[in-house]
Amino acid sequence: MKKELKVQLDGILENQGLARAVAAAYASQADPTVEELTEIKTAVSEAFSNAAIHGYKGEGGPVKMEFGFTSADTLMIKVIDKGTGIENIAVAMEPLFTTDTGPERSGMGFTVMESFMDKLKVDSKPGEGTTVTMIKKLDTYYEL
Amino acid sequence: MEIIFTVTESTLVAELLGELDHHAAEGTREKIDKAMDNYKVSGLIMDFKKVSFMDSSGIGMILGRYRKLGEKGLKIAISGCSPSVRNILNMAGVFSIIDYYQDREEAVREMNRKEVS
Repeated sequence: MKKELKVQLDGILENQGLARAVAAAYASQADPTVEELTEIKTAVSEAFSNAAIHGYKGEGGPVKMEFGFTSADTLMIKVIDKGTGIENIAVAMEPLFTTDTGPERSGMGFTVMESFMDKLKVDSKPGEGTTVTMIKKLDTYYEL
Repeated sequence: MEIIFTVTESTLVAELLGELDHHAAEGTREKIDKAMDNYKVSGLIMDFKKVSFMDSSGIGMILGRYRKLGEKGLKIAISGCSPSVRNILNMAGVFSIIDYYQDREEAVREMNRKEVS
């Protein structure tokens, strides 16, 4: 991994905007298209809000974000929380699935991450937390 | 997130400005619900023209309003989505149940026309 960046934010929803701003600033180094940048921001926004809402149940806790390039045009982002973890990852990743029956959750977070990034991997253990790893290859067709 | 409300005939237009994420969604839906109660209109148009960012929280916000208004027999439409906002709403099939218009004026016209007929 090249040009690594590690940051830690408190896992509260107030930091959601900051989390995606950090992601956008980091990704900008590779000269992404506007569309790619939006996709990266959205995916990170989803992963971070999952950590805040489901991982830490709105009470906050450390959310680490790790950024790096696995090659010149391939970005890898990890969003790591030490919250409640996910019991059944496959079910959690299904579109429209949500455990939060209260305030209008769509259950589309993982679906959005999956469609906006090239690869999505979720590692989780109940009681230990969740690590979301996302990989995105940026378009480089304009390079000579 | 800022919201500018305007009432045209029997329709309330909520023009959303800024970034709509899970943090902003809560206040946004409260403001819209309150405005719907205050203005006693028969329909709501949520205009996304000036939404610079939206994640999946927008889906929950829209479907929540759809459900709430539907219970009261009120109409809902959305307008002005950017390609990325459209993309996200499409993933959840929002456009298969809620009318979409390219611009707000068209949405207002259509909604008030339906009201008359």
